[in-house]
Amino acid sequence: MIYKVISKPEFRAFIEALVTANTSYGPRQVDTDSHGEPIYQFMPVSSADDIAFDYTVTTSSAKHLLMPFRDELSRFSFSDGDWKQQVDYETPPIVLIGLRPCDISAINILDEVMLKGAYPSPYYLARRKNTFIIGMDHLPLPDCFCKSMNRHTVNHGFSLFCSDIGNRYYLSINSAKAFSCLKEFCLTDPSYEDNCLLIERRKHIKQSFETNIEVSGLPVFLDVEFDSPIWQKWGDKCLSCGSCAMVCPTCYCYSVEERFDLDLRGSTRESHLYSCNLVDFAQVAGGHNFRPRNGDRLKYRYYHHYRGFSANDNQQICVGCNRCGRTCLADINPKDVINDLRLEGESCVTCVSPSPAKA
Amino acid sequence: MNHLGFKLDSIKIGSFDFTCCEGCQLQLANRESSLPDFLALLDIRNFREISSERHDDYDIALVEGSITRSDEIRRLKTIRQKAKVLVAYGSCACFGGVNSRKNPIPQEELIREVYGDKHIETMPSMRIADFVQVDYSIPGCPVSKKEVEQIVVGLVTRSLVSLPRFPVCVECKQRLNTCLFDLGEICLGPVTRAGCDAVCPSGKTPCLGCRGPADDINFPAFSQLVHEQGLSTEEMREKLAFYNGFTDYHDHEG
Repeated sequence: MIYKVISKPEFRAFIEALVTANTSYGPRQVDTDSHGEPIYQFMPVSSADDIAFDYTVTTSSAKHLLMPFRDELSRFSFSDGDWKQQVDYETPPIVLIGLRPCDISAINILDEVMLKGAYPSPYYLARRKNTFIIGMDHLPLPDCFCKSMNRHTVNHGFSLFCSDIGNRYYLSINSAKAFSCLKEFCLTDPSYEDNCLLIERRKHIKQSFETNIEVSGLPVFLDVEFDSPIWQKWGDKCLSCGSCAMVCPTCYCYSVEERFDLDLRGSTRESHLYSCNLVDFAQVAGGHNFRPRNGDRLKYRYYHHYRGFSANDNQQICVGCNRCGRTCLADINPKDVINDLRLEGESCVTCVSPSPAKA
Repeated sequence: MNHLGFKLDSIKIGSFDFTCCEGCQLQLANRESSLPDFLALLDIRNFREISSERHDDYDIALVEGSITRSDEIRRLKTIRQKAKVLVAYGSCACFGGVNSRKNPIPQEELIREVYGDKHIETMPSMRIADFVQVDYSIPGCPVSKKEVEQIVVGLVTRSLVSLPRFPVCVECKQRLNTCLFDLGEICLGPVTRAGCDAVCPSGKTPCLGCRGPADDINFPAFSQLVHEQGLSTEEMREKLAFYNGFTDYHDHEG
């Protein structure tokens, strides 16, 4: 890692040069909600003016830029009673600007899942290798809980990370490409004062969290509470609409669909990002559904996020961005569900029967 | 047509309209870029919007519109007898459609309002499935031509034909739309069957449920949500009644 400092106008000039020359995505205001608050999304940008550098949070994560909601995995062409498969991994390079530490952590988690397993995804790899990520720190929103998940800082997975130290950015340069891009611009080595400002900034961010969730020991706790009635209680609220998984930066489950072309001379195989809350997520041939109840479906989403599945080394995959909580129309959010579960579990302690005496 | 060494026949199709605007049938002739390939899959035997030729031998009958007269019942039953597969096509055929808005109003009042003193026979708007067995339903106002293409390909190749079972929200979120509830609107997306690619919310128009309910919707939770947004039970019923797709939930207290 190389550390440099850049003035905000110079940084803007750097971004301008970058987005003019590359397919780029950054936070843009797309709407104003009914309370007058701006709504942001990661959208294509073609000029630094398009980017809302002081944005709060995007409604949806940047996940779909690495794992598209619908992705063509292969094409088949039929001729002379035979067929040929074509697979195209090639993908144009993209620049992602303004990702938060939790968003970059989420991509690092996706890397683990999509690349470190027994069957690495060449589709994901192609996109990931061709993605230039510029991170930016921010003061947490009242409902951000990434500190609880220890995802409020990130030290890898980006090309460049910018910490806001007033009228300058403190840059952490993490790739040769980023360094050579920045060479054309006026950078200075961090002074003693800059270093102090960075430490001050980090401390300020760390102290600004208003939402904390106790996640220590949560995996075991979840195992113990597998049959807890709270799952159906929250399931009864769940609309099974899948919005949480769509906006989530780490929900990676997908279905695969094959479709004939209309001229019947070929077909395509596509992956579609899916959600374990959807009614037919666990439905198999013959119409059998392993999780017909919304409480069970909601439970498994929480298990995947806070207990971890063996497919991702039993790691928690939630980064604490609370996008799911904000988007949920039924007001279901990780903080309330986990606190409810803990309360339920801890109130149980009083009625636990004593251990059998040693014979 | 030959497909991987199998001979496939184009499907003999008849398209029939009852009480409706015929907009769904017109969708069959839409999407010009794929129209030649689409028509190559079909052997059109009876379809007044496309051809003046009329034949009575069809395997698949697409039935559009709702039933509002006794002669329509007789005609529908004849079609059912001739067709091997009957498809309820569009929201009117599937649910009674927007025509059902007249159902709660007294008949005489309706006739007087629209036709004055002229004598007209009419009855409440009914679904196709109220009178004959329906093999497949393709809901939508209008139907999505893309979905129709996929279903026709499925029928020709005898592969699985299905509709999405989840609600519109999935497709809406995939289009990065701003949730209309965040803009202070009431949208039926959370309870309506997907497959439309969230076309209305993408144009900032709240979903009115033209595709009917998704599978196993959580109606009590949805009622609570819309009540919290300030909608009375009566106003919610009015919204749900627009295409008549939610009759199963009409008397639900929420």
